[in-house]
Amino acid sequence: MKFLLTVTAFVLATLQLPAAAAALPEAIDPLDSARWTDMHKMVLGGAPVVFDDRVIVKAPATAENPMQVPVTVDATALPGVQEVLVFADFNPILQILRFFPESAPAFLGFRVKLQQSSPVRAAAKTADGVWHVGGTLVNTVGGGCTAPSANAGSKEWQQRLNEVAGRQWSEGPQQGRVRMRIVHPMDTGLVAGTPAFFLEEINFTDAAGKRLMRVQTYEPVSENPVFTLTRGNSTGPLDASGRDNNGNAFNVRIAP
Amino acid sequence: MKRLFCYLTLLVAGGLNAAEFDYGLKARQIAPDVHVFVGRTEDFTPANGGNIVNTGFIVAPGGTIVIDSGSSRRYGEQMRQAIAGVSPKSVALVINTHHHPDHFLGNQAFADTPIAALAATRQGIGADGNAFAENLYGLTGDWMKGTEVFAPTQTLAAGTQEVSGRRLRLIALNGHTEADLVIYDETSGVLFAGDLVFNERAPTTPHANVEQWLAALDQLEAITRETGFKMLVPGHGEVARDAAPIRQTRAWLEWLQRTLRESAAAGLDMNEVLARPLPPEFAKLPVAASEYRRSVGHLFPAAEQEALK
Repeated sequence: MKFLLTVTAFVLATLQLPAAAAALPEAIDPLDSARWTDMHKMVLGGAPVVFDDRVIVKAPATAENPMQVPVTVDATALPGVQEVLVFADFNPILQILRFFPESAPAFLGFRVKLQQSSPVRAAAKTADGVWHVGGTLVNTVGGGCTAPSANAGSKEWQQRLNEVAGRQWSEGPQQGRVRMRIVHPMDTGLVAGTPAFFLEEINFTDAAGKRLMRVQTYEPVSENPVFTLTRGNSTGPLDASGRDNNGNAFNVRIAP
Repeated sequence: MKRLFCYLTLLVAGGLNAAEFDYGLKARQIAPDVHVFVGRTEDFTPANGGNIVNTGFIVAPGGTIVIDSGSSRRYGEQMRQAIAGVSPKSVALVINTHHHPDHFLGNQAFADTPIAALAATRQGIGADGNAFAENLYGLTGDWMKGTEVFAPTQTLAAGTQEVSGRRLRLIALNGHTEADLVIYDETSGVLFAGDLVFNERAPTTPHANVEQWLAALDQLEAITRETGFKMLVPGHGEVARDAAPIRQTRAWLEWLQRTLRESAAAGLDMNEVLARPLPPEFAKLPVAASEYRRSVGHLFPAAEQEALK
């Protein structure tokens, strides 16, 4: 009987790929969030979805500082990722960032502001239009999105806005890794008297002008964001450019 | 009938709470006229009500000197009661060693006496006090009932001075916070180190500057080498007769700083740093895992910035 069930399940699973993927949204949220159905509708537009262990979201189970919750998304085990959307079910601004790996592996580390304890999820879209969703629960004391940025009272960020510090690791266990920090307040607009002011787009390009990764960032990305990525097979210098929602741009070269 | 039942429930609940909110503070004499209340080496929980801190008092000729007032109004009140059980002398002065909530939120119980702290500690309590209190309500619950920030009323100057007829060496250091006051009672040889020293309990670092902290520990260790030195009272953990807790705190901080710097230099992401295992000698300390996690959050961004320069 058990064998029969297994075979049936296997046959069904085989039949479902990929044309029948639209039948998948019945999938049960492993994080059991009351908001999942809304998330599916609001963030992923009701598109076909599977929960997939190959999309790994790392974040501490308990985050001490809700303004700087480290999140690392690794969807490199899933072939053919075109786009990754990161969101938090219980944040007042749901979407955190979106990245398009292009010629880099589908891996990105960053930090986020969380307003309260919430699932943090990454949805990776493959060529067949299916979103593969992974996630983890983060407990936090909250207030991350409606608290003023740490440097809100200082003039320093205004003088150093969009100042970029980056580095590549060309050897050792982190070979191919790139890390970059940008001075930016990343104001959410949810603090009274402080309009939304945040980085919107960052592009990483190799020396030949080939784009490795495009990142669209939204308000919940932490102040003075730090990004960790892997550049894959390319070598040599790396260009990073981007701009915020007020049109302030940056363009830097990170030496190998 | 229903109403009567409600009253009865209230009575029972009230009776239970009265017993529940007893910190069980018992003054322990560690030198002539010098007493301490030693808290648990735990995190804030509804079970311990915030009794995770060491406080103390010195029965001086001109009245009792209280060193730190604990984590809540109830703690301060119960502490004051316990002090009265030891000496009939009135309290002449309360000193807050630094601006963290478990060291000053009992101040309300001493509102009729002068309360003194270093200038930066007074500023810190003014700026962060309410947020700290709110956080402790969240962490310990009803133990905090009635607790409000009661800021120090006087500014302390460093130096050796007669306080309430007792010769105290007040040493203004920093590193755990922006202002960490250490009190050396020259009469008894007892060194109240505040939170610059933790004993068999992982140190906390929300406002730490590790370089300054290590320099402060060197100064403290020098005092333990003085001939009159008898006893060290750390901010958290058991009292000691030697500098071992100072060396343990230093070892933790040096390891922490080295780990964060090496991780940043190696290109690790914050989640990878959080996943690093703790060496056995530190992993065995109470609350080591949670304090390490917090410290990464507090201190890794600076190490990272240094590595990305």
